[in-house]
Amino acid sequence: MKREIPLFVTAAVGLFMILSFFVPHQAVSVPADFLQQSAIIIVAFGIVLGGANLLRVNLEAVVRRQPGWTYKLVLIAGLVVTVALGLIEGRDFQAAGTRSTWIYDQVYSSMSSAMFALLAFFIASAAFRAFRIRTTEAALLAVAALIVMMGRVPLGGVLTAGLPHELRIETLAQWILDVPQNAANRAILIGAALGVMATGLRVILGIERSYLSGED
Amino acid sequence: MPHVEHGGRHDGRDRVQHRAGLTAAVVLVSLLALPARSQVTAVSGAPLVVVPEPAAAKPPVPAPVPGAFQAPRPARGLIWKDVPDDAGRAVDLSWESSPDDGIQLVDGYYLMRSESPGGPWTLVDSVTARVATCRDQSTSLRRDVAYFYRVDAYGPGGVTPAGSVTGPAIASSQWFNHTRLSVLLLTMLFFAFVLFFIQSAQGEGKKPFLRRIPGIDAIEEAIGRATEMGRPVLYVPGVQDIEDMQTVQALIILESVAKTTARYETPIKVPVSYPIPFTIAQEMVKSGYVHAGRAEQYDPESVQFVSPEQFAYVAAITGVMMRDKPGAHIFLGAFFAESLLLAEAGHATGAIQVAGTANAGQLPFFVVACDYTLIGEELFAASAYLSGEPKLVGSLKGADLMKIAIILLVVVGCVIETFGQHGLTQWLATQ
Repeated sequence: MKREIPLFVTAAVGLFMILSFFVPHQAVSVPADFLQQSAIIIVAFGIVLGGANLLRVNLEAVVRRQPGWTYKLVLIAGLVVTVALGLIEGRDFQAAGTRSTWIYDQVYSSMSSAMFALLAFFIASAAFRAFRIRTTEAALLAVAALIVMMGRVPLGGVLTAGLPHELRIETLAQWILDVPQNAANRAILIGAALGVMATGLRVILGIERSYLSGED
Repeated sequence: MPHVEHGGRHDGRDRVQHRAGLTAAVVLVSLLALPARSQVTAVSGAPLVVVPEPAAAKPPVPAPVPGAFQAPRPARGLIWKDVPDDAGRAVDLSWESSPDDGIQLVDGYYLMRSESPGGPWTLVDSVTARVATCRDQSTSLRRDVAYFYRVDAYGPGGVTPAGSVTGPAIASSQWFNHTRLSVLLLTMLFFAFVLFFIQSAQGEGKKPFLRRIPGIDAIEEAIGRATEMGRPVLYVPGVQDIEDMQTVQALIILESVAKTTARYETPIKVPVSYPIPFTIAQEMVKSGYVHAGRAEQYDPESVQFVSPEQFAYVAAITGVMMRDKPGAHIFLGAFFAESLLLAEAGHATGAIQVAGTANAGQLPFFVVACDYTLIGEELFAASAYLSGEPKLVGSLKGADLMKIAIILLVVVGCVIETFGQHGLTQWLATQ
């Protein structure tokens, strides 16, 4: 029964949610909306579990003076201070001028932007490796990338301005994006969509049941 | 099916293989809408002096300035039509424009609603001049309630003294969305294929043929390498919550990975970004250790909740990479902008990296920076591939057959469209 009940609930809810995609009537849409809202509420309660784990693991590391424990201390302090300020400021903690908003704008957003900005450097280093021409396929990749990049900057347009429209670099770049790139992209998407559906069906039918933990 | 493999620096050379197949997308949208109830009723000529109740969410309408201009003549022929294939939450309205529309006397139209023909009227929407249709899908609209609608022209001379009225208009819900008939039929066909192959695999009791997927084979190789180096394995199950099927798949694969690490007695670290996947990941890792017969080696702290915030999660993982120097990084699941941040930071540590995602936009980053990449559906085939269970592998055969059906449909659609016949495209279109 430890497995049968969850499997039954999964199958019933899964099939009902599939049904709700095709049946707009309130007899189906209202319970379906309710189930989706319930999921959001359950996930919200789950954050308590996550927070507790975060505190436990990091506090333990601080107490045991594990390597890098000072970083964990900063994490705990940040977590406690932010939550405490949010509780003190109450429902309006997101309003302009609150301390919570200040932390978000001045600390979190800045650090998040800094992380994101690193992407520019990583793209450069990754592109350097990607465009090394060692095989025919890598050569094709490099040529296609060169055409697309040149087609996106004014210099490319200037260099090929004297050619007929069909041979200009921006036209070639757009063709690469619209035809071969788009075709491959859609093939990946169709395959992935079928994979999603097959996995969903396996879970709903109880064929894929490893998510119920391994104790048979 | 396009397939890209990137053999990395570990064998001393870079290999990039592209097998690009052309498939067109199936556009799923349809035409088989049931004719909705529609009704034309009265066109009122009675003067109506009503100050509309402004709806809170509506854009401000300039106040009429009486004086030099006269009020526009009314719009006529207001028609309502229940929006088909919905849950009874919208009504379509159309009318004939005011004869003064287009000669500066009309700025636009107020759409008013009431539960009785005599009012009181509530402003539900407004449109600009030369527009003669509007859909009332305001949240205050209730299904199966009779409403009356009125449209008033307004302009610099004020609001029209008499609007066109129609009703009673009733928004009703339907039992079937006919525009999704094509989706239903194709879904049923797909399910039939999958169930057939599952059934036949079960009956024969032998595993159907499955092509080799180097990316999945590389997972064990990566764990073996980490074991040789005496370093842990880092497993990242994506940055999405459990509602994303890629996260579900990543967690299913995690059990097999944990089983292998348990067998090799190599520690595994699983940082998770959302609470529900976190609890499931704990169960999966525990289950892997139990199945490997090493339950006593399971470390509850091997799975850690980090943060649902994208870049905070990335910062934590790159920190783990730099401090703990795992010997193998496995990125499976849904990834976005953080894909290259993770993969490049991991590349800098020299760890062997295996990645897999169905987010097509992130695949190039993984292909470049990781040693092996699972492309799209390969991620969803991984659990069947790893378990080798005939029923699971059978479902992959069903998906392959559906792919052939879609390719045929695309080819037939292209031919039909070339000859100017749009029936199939329209049937496949959905709303």
